[in-house]
Amino acid sequence: MAAQQGLLSASGRVRRRKRVNRAVESIWLLASAAAVAVLGIVTGSVLVRGIPALNLDLFTKTPVTFGETGGGIAHAFVGSLILVGLAGAMALPVGVLSAIYVSEFADQRVARGIKLTLDVLNGLPSIVIGVFLFTLLVVGRGQNGFIGAIALAIIMLPLISRSTQEVLALVPNHLREGSLALGVSKWRTILGVILPTTFSGILTGTTLAIARAAGETAPLLFTSSLFGDWISGDPGQAMASIPVIIFEYSEAPDPHLNDQAWAAAFVLITFVLVTSLLSRAALARSRSKLEQG
Amino acid sequence: MDAPVSELPPHALASRRRLSDRVGDTGLHLLTAAAAFGSVAVVGLIGYRVVYGAWPAIQKFGIAFVWHQTWDPVKSNFGALDFLFGTAVTSFAAVLIAGPLAIAIALFLTELAPPAVRGVIGSLVEMLAAVPSVVLGLWGIFVLSPFLHQHVEPFLHRAIGFIPLFGEPSPGGGDMFTAILILTIMIVPITASVSRELFKSVPAELKEGAYGLGLTRWEMVRGVVFPYTRGGVVAAVLLGMGRAVGEAIAVTQVIGGLTSIPTSLFQSGDTLASRIAAQYQAAATNIHIASIVYLAVVLLAFALVTNLAAQVIVHRFEFQRTGGS
Repeated sequence: MAAQQGLLSASGRVRRRKRVNRAVESIWLLASAAAVAVLGIVTGSVLVRGIPALNLDLFTKTPVTFGETGGGIAHAFVGSLILVGLAGAMALPVGVLSAIYVSEFADQRVARGIKLTLDVLNGLPSIVIGVFLFTLLVVGRGQNGFIGAIALAIIMLPLISRSTQEVLALVPNHLREGSLALGVSKWRTILGVILPTTFSGILTGTTLAIARAAGETAPLLFTSSLFGDWISGDPGQAMASIPVIIFEYSEAPDPHLNDQAWAAAFVLITFVLVTSLLSRAALARSRSKLEQG
Repeated sequence: MDAPVSELPPHALASRRRLSDRVGDTGLHLLTAAAAFGSVAVVGLIGYRVVYGAWPAIQKFGIAFVWHQTWDPVKSNFGALDFLFGTAVTSFAAVLIAGPLAIAIALFLTELAPPAVRGVIGSLVEMLAAVPSVVLGLWGIFVLSPFLHQHVEPFLHRAIGFIPLFGEPSPGGGDMFTAILILTIMIVPITASVSRELFKSVPAELKEGAYGLGLTRWEMVRGVVFPYTRGGVVAAVLLGMGRAVGEAIAVTQVIGGLTSIPTSLFQSGDTLASRIAAQYQAAATNIHIASIVYLAVVLLAFALVTNLAAQVIVHRFEFQRTGGS
């Protein structure tokens, strides 16, 4: 308090105060510039190292035996598509339904508890989710793609549920009241009136969750990492995936495999950044539309 | 049936509703409740199964596992101290660097930047959060780590080597310092975006009042924004800390994976999460597997505490701000 009163009595210290202010403001600017620069350096390195290593073989061929050059990681692309697709198919219905419960049925205290639990689930280290499924399903049975997909689904679930809750909360109450006043039952109101208005919000939330799951390595290490070098569409076996391939190839002694890791990283980072950027833009738009309507 | 509607008991009204609506309402209610409580149950199941999987190790080593230093698969003698130490040092150092940076970025975005710049830089910072950790780790191995080994570490050692933390640089391979910087990069965006939301919530009339009294921007931030959001900023930093503690992949890639307590930041080390990740193929005996799961128990306990604390603080903050409504 004393300091502030000192500041208020504008004495000859005004110039010094302005200097301090400018110094602090430039620190803010520098910090932001540094963050942007790091993003630039990381994506720049991935571009510089990844693009030269890109070729058609990467997407169409499987690994060659050690020491030879050429080959690709087609099995990882196929595996990632299947794993993330299955995970999305599991997480989307559960996420949307749980969000409907929270915002349309549950009373406030229960809703708050569920939200808190979902936030905790979202904050759990992803490696712990891998270990959890390892002890629950892998021990005694071996890894397979379904278990990997469940791990990714657990990562996606809180993201989808929370983003759906957010858009549901933005649906204006007069829509609900109008529909109920016309004698429409609650379930028809929810499925026929409320849910359609949130469709684009749910879609973008799901896309964000997919972008996140596509880059997750840790949940797959214990659930779907001991895979063969061939293309397999069978989730009953362990499936290859892009992040696990990058993880393994990044520590491989063979520089040729390091190059492939960079190429895979280029594909992954492009996918993740483009989808998350697009869905963020779409989310902001649908949110502002709902807020106006 | 001739009675006026208002005199009918509620259940009589309900019975007039169509069967499909009654079934539909209850059905949707039950279905959504199952999904919601199922999701909650997953968290409980995670806690239960992880402790269950670690049970052989918990029985054998007890709580002493946490401060026991050996990790010897050959003699089946396991303890978590090395990794706890590594986790504590890397996360704490990363938070120490990332916290002020993130707050500065959030202040730049809310107080200083013009709207057009704000949108662009804001989404660039969010994109940094979207970079998959395995890609960041790959970059750490091939770009950041060599750069640090060749330029930064010798420089730091020359300049402030009298502090034992900045000892003789290692010739190559992973070290704690690289891991700390990678973690810093990972937690700056999350802390910045939470802080940004907090700073945005400061009422404009308070800020304008401060400006009206002739305060500079920094004085306004110190006098209005910080006191108003204090608890929330602590929560934002805690969330970043939780992220740093739980990060497995990128840390495994750059930290070197050595089991001993490093005396300098430029030596290899290991963390709880990265040890778990590094051992996914190596575990041979049951007690080895159970000990790895025990590490996950320690990690889980820590994550639960930081997360719950952060949520409670944020919640209390919102409660205060909205006057309890």
